[in-house]
Amino acid sequence: MTYPQEEVDGKERGEKPMMKKNNKRLETKIEGIASSIRVVPHFPKPGIMFQDITTLLLNPKAFKNTIDLFVERYSSMDISVVAGVEARGFIFGPSIALAIGAKFIPLRKPRKLPGEVISERYVLEYGTDCLEMHVGAVQPGERALVVDDLIATGGTLCAAMNLLERAGAEVVECACVIELPELKGRERLNGKPLFVLVESH
Amino acid sequence: MLHTSLHCRSFPSPSHLRSLVLSSRLFPSVAVRTTPTLSLRRSRANRSIAMAATEDSRIKRIASSIRVIPDWPKPGVMFQDITTLLLDPQAFKDSIDLFVERYKDECITVVAGVEARGFIFGPPIALAIGAKFVPMRKPNKLPGEVISEEYSLEYGTDVMEMHVGAVQPGDRVLVIDDLIATGGTLCAAIRLLERVGAEVVESACVIELPELKGRERLGDRPLFVLIKAKGV
Repeated sequence: MTYPQEEVDGKERGEKPMMKKNNKRLETKIEGIASSIRVVPHFPKPGIMFQDITTLLLNPKAFKNTIDLFVERYSSMDISVVAGVEARGFIFGPSIALAIGAKFIPLRKPRKLPGEVISERYVLEYGTDCLEMHVGAVQPGERALVVDDLIATGGTLCAAMNLLERAGAEVVECACVIELPELKGRERLNGKPLFVLVESH
Repeated sequence: MLHTSLHCRSFPSPSHLRSLVLSSRLFPSVAVRTTPTLSLRRSRANRSIAMAATEDSRIKRIASSIRVIPDWPKPGVMFQDITTLLLDPQAFKDSIDLFVERYKDECITVVAGVEARGFIFGPPIALAIGAKFVPMRKPNKLPGEVISEEYSLEYGTDVMEMHVGAVQPGDRVLVIDDLIATGGTLCAAIRLLERVGAEVVESACVIELPELKGRERLGDRPLFVLIKAKGV
């Protein structure tokens, strides 16, 4: 049986109907996710267009699609740890962890985690901040996924990766709902792969 | 009304709910004081012993996975650390399942999670029951228009915020946090939701510290917990 040919960019391409259907479904899901994210101008300060994912969370279908897209990607990558960055990483990370059977580790602002922690300092636009992780949460050799809602400059994700690597884990990938490509966060990840659902310009 | 087309059984009365609190037997290695499940078994006459035993074993695993940190954040406080529960995928899944089983037929349209540990338990429950998730946050974290509620702490006050428009009048809401101590935080969350005309169906936590009388502070507002523990 021959499949229909389709012209794409001047070249003829054979594309199976099932693949085309799946790609269309994926596009629709991504569009649904992107359109449910609200942009709030001048928050937290003038000039910043804040990507507000709370409106995504008010759309159960879009929220479910978000989690499913991450789970589809990571379920067969042998991930044993999902590390979520406080606080919006806590909204996405645990559901992914539950679906793929991984541990969830919260990476927190200073003095929120009880007991023994390791700390990683990182640079902000003005000043520095600090991210902490529990000692013993991650074992050497574990394969880790880092999750946050958004990557901007990449400073937070970098600190998160450093914490996990210091504990001997292998950071397989960083995953975010949104990327702000103009802030070049991707380049700050020391060559570690980054997977995002939506780019915002 | 949202749920006219749904078949919802009527929600139990507050006193009935209190007798349905699940708890587990004490494990010697865990500093958690618990109460027996006899009232649960009696009140659910049609439930098989096998089902109750399964619930019991899930609760046991959840309780034993919670780490107690003495004298944190200050001397005399026995801090209930749920991060170790999150390191046990089966126990974490069981805790979510226990909540989902309870609420999936209750026509809950909103799960409101209190920052930050409520963000860990709330969204998986919301996803499983098809509800919206609404984060209840510390001040100045939510962009756009918010409503605020001040509440008292042991020393001083704090503020909780919710987005305007996140919750509609008539929404049926479940409030989630990891733990109830004095009940101040949960009360503030409930007040915010009621101010916008929502019906707070129940508050749910993994852990209750009964000595701190949070349940009394909630008054006739229903509270469901998986585990009761000694916090001081």
